[in-house]
Amino acid sequence: MSSEMYKQQILELYREPENKGHLNNHTHENFRNNPLCGDEIKMEILTKDNKIEDIKFSGEGCAISTATASLITDKVKGLSIEETKSLTKEDILDLLGIEVSETRLKCALLPLETIKGAFENA
Amino acid sequence: MFNSQELKKDFPIFENREGLVYLDNAATTQKPKQVIGSTSEYCKTKNANTHRGIYDLSEEATEEHENSRKKVADFINAHPEEVVFTRNATESLNLLSSTLKDLIPEDKDEVVLTEMEHHSNLIPWQQFAKANNFKLKFITVKEDFTLDYEKAEELINEKTAIVAFTHVSNVLGTINDAEKLVSLARSSGAFSIVDACQSAPHMKVDVKKLDCDFMAISGHKMLGPTGAGIVYGKYENLEKMNPFLYGGGMISSVSYENSEFTDPPHKFEAGTQNVAESVGLANAIDYLQYLGMNEIQNKDKELTKYAIEKLNEMEGIKIYNPGIENSSGIVSFNLEGVHGHDVAEILNEENVAIRAGHHCCMPLMKKFGVSGVCRASFYVYNTKEDVDKLLGALKKVKEVFGK
Repeated sequence: MSSEMYKQQILELYREPENKGHLNNHTHENFRNNPLCGDEIKMEILTKDNKIEDIKFSGEGCAISTATASLITDKVKGLSIEETKSLTKEDILDLLGIEVSETRLKCALLPLETIKGAFENA
Repeated sequence: MFNSQELKKDFPIFENREGLVYLDNAATTQKPKQVIGSTSEYCKTKNANTHRGIYDLSEEATEEHENSRKKVADFINAHPEEVVFTRNATESLNLLSSTLKDLIPEDKDEVVLTEMEHHSNLIPWQQFAKANNFKLKFITVKEDFTLDYEKAEELINEKTAIVAFTHVSNVLGTINDAEKLVSLARSSGAFSIVDACQSAPHMKVDVKKLDCDFMAISGHKMLGPTGAGIVYGKYENLEKMNPFLYGGGMISSVSYENSEFTDPPHKFEAGTQNVAESVGLANAIDYLQYLGMNEIQNKDKELTKYAIEKLNEMEGIKIYNPGIENSSGIVSFNLEGVHGHDVAEILNEENVAIRAGHHCCMPLMKKFGVSGVCRASFYVYNTKEDVDKLLGALKKVKEVFGK
């Protein structure tokens, strides 16, 4: 753990994340926050035939949670709901490609938890 | 004035964590060897349960606990019978929100707080209001980060039962006009409760002069051990209040059906007490008094002033502070375009410990339109070099995020 956490890729995704914004035809949505740091994230998801067609996120977060949100929203596009639900902490860390401290793990996992939560509510 | 760099030698943490720049003193302070030694000495030589055994050791343990109470009482200019030991200030405030209802006249049904309360002085009163069908009202925080006292005069009226407020904001560092708020409460026949967690460690606090009804103090924020909180209450009030917790040590007689309770302060101290911790707190007070509370306050001001000046020289910094004349030892800020957690993470790599987040003040953060702020908070062992290291580390944050 060091500034390695803030690799160029992470910083770029923080500044210009993919899939940030809103959908106007989404079928699922969910909001989560991390009470520890105040990060807030909303996921809007469009599914068709049990598959994720499109997904956007909004809210405010740190570099880690924003970069993860960008990566995970890219990753789940085209996946089935079941496939999405089965994604794990390891998948997130693989996507990020950095070591994350225990405290910051919560930031990294928030986007995926928010996506999974959208399907629990449905 | 004392030499903070020299003082660091009294604090083993700085020996054990070389290069540590500790700037999270509003959360908890480090402990000097005098305090650590006193709790350890108590355990080695005097440990027994208090108010129980008819043997020397128990008598001595009791004496130690009661001497600590006297020390705390002197520190805030109260009588020892008006000082109740709790686990922490949160418990102190919960004690009050759980026991005050019976003392409130029927025609009163409002509690006045400020918008800058720590959750520990907000949530107990939310629950109190819900349970008793009371209204909660909030004295607003103005754009200059001070309280709106005109609003306070409006809000505190004959309907007000309780005015509970923080003496110093744990986020903004704002020193509130406690005398004014207490006097407004008094003239409306309301109880005044001062959350002194961020004031008692940093300035002379005098409950007689302030004339407040109650005060909550946190021992671990003033060099003491964890597990040493305080409620101060005027004896006439404590006498009328029901106990908070029930059990051993707080009764005068017990049958299978009924119990009679002992007098304050022991009425509020059910169960085995944190004696090692109260001894540690007494020694922390000795240490602070040796340094001098006025000196401590001046030191805080000097560092806060220096930090604000230096931060202002940096680009893209927003400071949340009412100015040096109205504040004490706390500087909150945000770096434009960088989330507080990322700031704290990179600072940590530079061995600088600050806090970032909502600081248990979520509604206040919402009011400012931010998810959190970064907070540097100072105490007796902090130096200008510590502030310089903070600024150097902040420059590194800007480098990382500026690419």
